[in-house]
Amino acid sequence: MAKHKTPLLDQLESGPWPSFVSDIKQEAAARAKNEKGVQYQVAVDCPDDLLGVLEMSFTDGETHWKHGGIVGVFGYGGGVIGRYCDQPQMFPGVAHFHTVRVAQPNGKWYSTEFLRSLMDIWDLRGSGLTNLHGATGDIVLLGTSTPQLEEIFWELTHNLNVDLGGSGSNLRTPASCMGMSRCQYACYDAQELCYNLTQEYQDELHRPAFPYKFKFKFDGCPNGCVAAIARSDLGFLGTFKDPIKINQEAVAAYVGGEIAPNAGAHAGRDWGKFDIQKEVVDLCPSKCISYEGGKLIMDHKECVRCMHCINTMPQALRIGDDRGVSIFCGAKAPILDGPQMGSLLVPFVEVNKDDDYQAIKDIVEAVWDWWMEEGKNRERIGETMKRLGFAALAEAAGVPIDARQVQEPRHNPYIFWKAEDVEGGWERDLAEFRKRHQR
Amino acid sequence: MAVVEFQGATFEVDEDGFLQKFEDWTPAWVDFVKESEGIKEITEDHQKVIDFLQDYYKKNGIAPMVRILSKVTGFKLKQIYELFPSGPGKGACKMAGLPKPTGCV
Repeated sequence: MAKHKTPLLDQLESGPWPSFVSDIKQEAAARAKNEKGVQYQVAVDCPDDLLGVLEMSFTDGETHWKHGGIVGVFGYGGGVIGRYCDQPQMFPGVAHFHTVRVAQPNGKWYSTEFLRSLMDIWDLRGSGLTNLHGATGDIVLLGTSTPQLEEIFWELTHNLNVDLGGSGSNLRTPASCMGMSRCQYACYDAQELCYNLTQEYQDELHRPAFPYKFKFKFDGCPNGCVAAIARSDLGFLGTFKDPIKINQEAVAAYVGGEIAPNAGAHAGRDWGKFDIQKEVVDLCPSKCISYEGGKLIMDHKECVRCMHCINTMPQALRIGDDRGVSIFCGAKAPILDGPQMGSLLVPFVEVNKDDDYQAIKDIVEAVWDWWMEEGKNRERIGETMKRLGFAALAEAAGVPIDARQVQEPRHNPYIFWKAEDVEGGWERDLAEFRKRHQR
Repeated sequence: MAVVEFQGATFEVDEDGFLQKFEDWTPAWVDFVKESEGIKEITEDHQKVIDFLQDYYKKNGIAPMVRILSKVTGFKLKQIYELFPSGPGKGACKMAGLPKPTGCV
């Protein structure tokens, strides 16, 4: 029997999509039954009270969590999001309802053994509710009490060999697309680079030392399956410098209808017979493709590597062999001065595992040195870039200025010059000027 | 809000154990909090950090950025964590009586 009446939430149990309400009720029932005889360390009816407080919020249209919350584990300045209910007498099971961020493996590949062990810890010491996964990538353990935090941390690190994720003004948990693990478009091993940089910068992740939060994301190609260009302060997008590889026989098979375009992604509707001219050649943004006499021809010097032709004919067109990443800087959500996507900072850099990705780390650290010194309190690097100028960022990062860093040149003439670049500098004598120009 | 009593003084605190009013701070507060923040003895170095946080707060009405705390005290972040295991926010600011850190933490 449910602890609270939830008529509004009950409506969300109908319909075809998996219902979070049914799932929470199932967990509440399993805890009440306790078939395994678990010595629950937080209230058995924690999920019931969560449904209760949520129903109350549905009724009055307001949240019932108090402002903020500062809890954590010794040694770290982040990783746990503290939270307290503003009706603790009515819902004692969620009086404390802290969230624990746990570092996830890249690409989010798991064994059932790992997930079972994690859930054993969480059943005992938490609510039994999770978020798989948080938007930044973390495994999110949803709802526990302050005394359990060190207990959970001890078990995670000693038994599962897994660490907390990031929160606060620091490097947040990096994430990557599935990369080479199961994608032929991957231009570098996104999972490996993400893992390497996560380990390299553990200190920056666990102990807030930055003006504000900072995120890394790693996309294997410009398709952006982890949305690095929109959701990371430094986004790494795989690309290549040499020509796209064309298999003319496979092109003919697409034209002949033997292979479905876009790997059958549009099979749910009749779009007619595949028309290579209309669906590939004419849609190329740089118009560098032609199809003549049954042959696909590409002027690769004009190609912007947008991925459209490769996406449409994946069996006929392959990424080149001279591969690396582009680095984008400054993406952020609207607060404070408006949303930004990443701006191209480094057009191409090699992803070299043999020297431990030193070229990439040099850029990361130079960018941090600049922002840690210049960034204002709670100023994302995208905003520092706007305030001090893109050229200041590029100079600090040691990246040469390049036409590819702008979509178009500025149209206003408010151009600053350095004194050393101007003959005679800024020190001028007005009397000298007056000798030639009377008042 | 909970009220705690320690060495004859009373302190009004929130769920996270932060003082509700900066004016309520006394040296006894530091003694009261230290154990829950994993600190055995308050050394001169601890005191230096606490004193600076209080001075800065009185003067500016906010807690200093981590970078400024490091610069002025001369303690690298690593040393600050050695002194205050839960860090400059949850550890040092709480002991200094400053308001609870806010934002996307």
